[in-house]
Amino acid sequence: MVPLWMFLMVSAGLFSLGVFGVLSRRNAIAILMSVELMLNAANINLVAFWRYLNPDNIAGQVFAAFVFAVAAGEAAVGLALILAIYRNRQTVIVEDVNLMKW
Amino acid sequence: MKDILLDLGLADGLAAVLANVIGAGMLATIFLLIPIFTIWVERKLAARFQNRIGPNRAGPLGLLQSFADVIKLLGKEMIFPRHVDVVPYVLAPVIMVSAVVLIVAVIPLAPTIIGTDLSIGALYFIAVSSFTTISVVMAGWGSNNKYALLGAFRTVAQLVSYEIPMVFMLLLPVMLAGSMSMMGIVEFQSNYWMIFYLPTAAIIFLASNIAEIGRAPFDLIEAESELVAGYMIEYSAMPFAMFYLAEFLHAFLVAVIFSVLFLGGWQGPFAEDLPVLGILYLTVKTFIVYFGMMWVRMTLPRFRIDHMMAFNWKFLVPLSIVQLLVAAFIWKIMPEPDLTGNLIERWVNEFPRMAVMGISGLVVGYASLVMLRNYASQQRKHILSLTTTTQTYPLAVSPTPATGQSSVIVVTPGD
Amino acid sequence: MELTWESLAFLIFSAMTLGGGFAVVTQRNLFHAALFLMLSLFGTAGLFVLLVAPFLAAVQVLVYIGAIAILILFAIMLTRRIMGLETTLNSQWPVALITMVILFVSLLLVLTPLGDNVSGERLNATFTEIDKESEVSDVSFTTVAAIGEAFSTRNGFVLPFEIVSLLLTAALIGAIVVAREDEA
Repeated sequence: MVPLWMFLMVSAGLFSLGVFGVLSRRNAIAILMSVELMLNAANINLVAFWRYLNPDNIAGQVFAAFVFAVAAGEAAVGLALILAIYRNRQTVIVEDVNLMKW
Repeated sequence: MKDILLDLGLADGLAAVLANVIGAGMLATIFLLIPIFTIWVERKLAARFQNRIGPNRAGPLGLLQSFADVIKLLGKEMIFPRHVDVVPYVLAPVIMVSAVVLIVAVIPLAPTIIGTDLSIGALYFIAVSSFTTISVVMAGWGSNNKYALLGAFRTVAQLVSYEIPMVFMLLLPVMLAGSMSMMGIVEFQSNYWMIFYLPTAAIIFLASNIAEIGRAPFDLIEAESELVAGYMIEYSAMPFAMFYLAEFLHAFLVAVIFSVLFLGGWQGPFAEDLPVLGILYLTVKTFIVYFGMMWVRMTLPRFRIDHMMAFNWKFLVPLSIVQLLVAAFIWKIMPEPDLTGNLIERWVNEFPRMAVMGISGLVVGYASLVMLRNYASQQRKHILSLTTTTQTYPLAVSPTPATGQSSVIVVTPGD
Repeated sequence: MELTWESLAFLIFSAMTLGGGFAVVTQRNLFHAALFLMLSLFGTAGLFVLLVAPFLAAVQVLVYIGAIAILILFAIMLTRRIMGLETTLNSQWPVALITMVILFVSLLLVLTPLGDNVSGERLNATFTEIDKESEVSDVSFTTVAAIGEAFSTRNGFVLPFEIVSLLLTAALIGAIVVAREDEA
């Protein structure tokens, strides 16, 4: 049987990959995708803890469902922002969007 | 099956897995063979609708035509254009076929025959259907062709939009049956079929599903005459055949799902005792629905793209939301009848609830049609008022015939 | 951990999740990166099935793969003119790599038996032991109804549920307003 810590390890690896992507990718859409990876890692943790530690309390799954909703909203608004920037400045490279930078 | 494998000396776990794999393979193969027949039916029927004869050379009544086509497609060359993105290009047809075949798993064929009775069967159907969108996008992008890419854009817009009324209307049978499992939904319909409770919902569900599979009048994904088959344009030989197969199998499975959700699935006289009868009933219902879908396909012209989106967002989505709220409210306030007696008693006891639900659905549907008619007549008046000149003008003048009189086709504005 | 069918499935799905995730952050071609994101999300759905959360697995496929990933693909195709970047990563990527490694190692030390401070025996627990304790007989068939009830009872999560609905509506309107073609 698969012990709990292996699920946690997969989730930790996924989260670290997401962190690396957010910190190092240049394309805004790629950064958004890395954020999705991190949200997924959190979801794996929520469901794994629910299943192993407290299967009677449904809150773990409910929270994972909330994460889905938040992720959907985040993707919609994030992509809309990226498209608006692309339309105005012809770029999706985050370093080129430096109007507010001092 | 498992016992035979155990007798062969296999380990217990391995035998269980192998039995499942073989069962799934058999079920999938049977369903993958169905399009060979339905393609022939469709071509024959299309020919009848268009006053032609249809395939009639290979075998009696052209029955072997599909086999001949398969052999021809197998023998053709698989063409890789120079600039394709190879991995998505090759994977797209595979994902398309597997997404469609995955639907088969939750279809209850008879009281005891079902791939797997998932507790989330209805949700599973929507979830695996969404893989077809990915496949189309991959094909459109991988082909590296502007028609293909345009087809992919249209696909995303169309499939994602029409998923909304479809999911809303799928919620209603789930709500009434109190179960997301396909078996549970079928068992709920032992008294009356779901279509009597939810007539409008059934029609919306079928319409949005026809849009989901991209058939006429919603075939803008392919649109042979403007997009030259859209995302499929660069495909040849077997990959093309796989798309073709997936399309026909998906259409057939939509008919099956509609029969399961709204027409009682395997329900019918003596089906509980004799599972074979259940399969027969389901087949008959499915082909009636399939014939209706073909009828729509043969007789309606294709939508224009903006009309199609407007039809979804301005008509189907609001209508489905209203239908959902009305049905949920009435279902909540109607008292639960006593459903313990024999069939006749259950029919009588269940009748008031069914009648109120059905009539409310019909009222919602009729009211929306009346509103649509008023809106359309206002639009017509508006367009008429825009064109102030009422004089007639020739649209086309044919060359002067021998009599010396030119025949003029006259069009009145706003006609 | 002996090799059962379940652990084999776990290995396959976690390889899909992590491999897909790795490709997402390293792939130069953004379209391919998005396809790998789908692979990663699908692997996560498989892990949910292993954790006996079929509802979440289906929602994962429907919402994440069927909607969010498709939306990302759509955005990539709309902004495809600038896909051919010379460099995928910015100048601070070594720092990012070090951060990632430190984070991963520290998470491992806290969460797994590899580290010293394993907090309690339950991290090593398996399904069967837990099920024996809590007497959850047929988890897969009870969870869907339980989630529905949790979302719609006053003692459950009605208020968060409504707030999330509001958030989604706001995000929907906001996205439309931001992405509108013309301001006039």
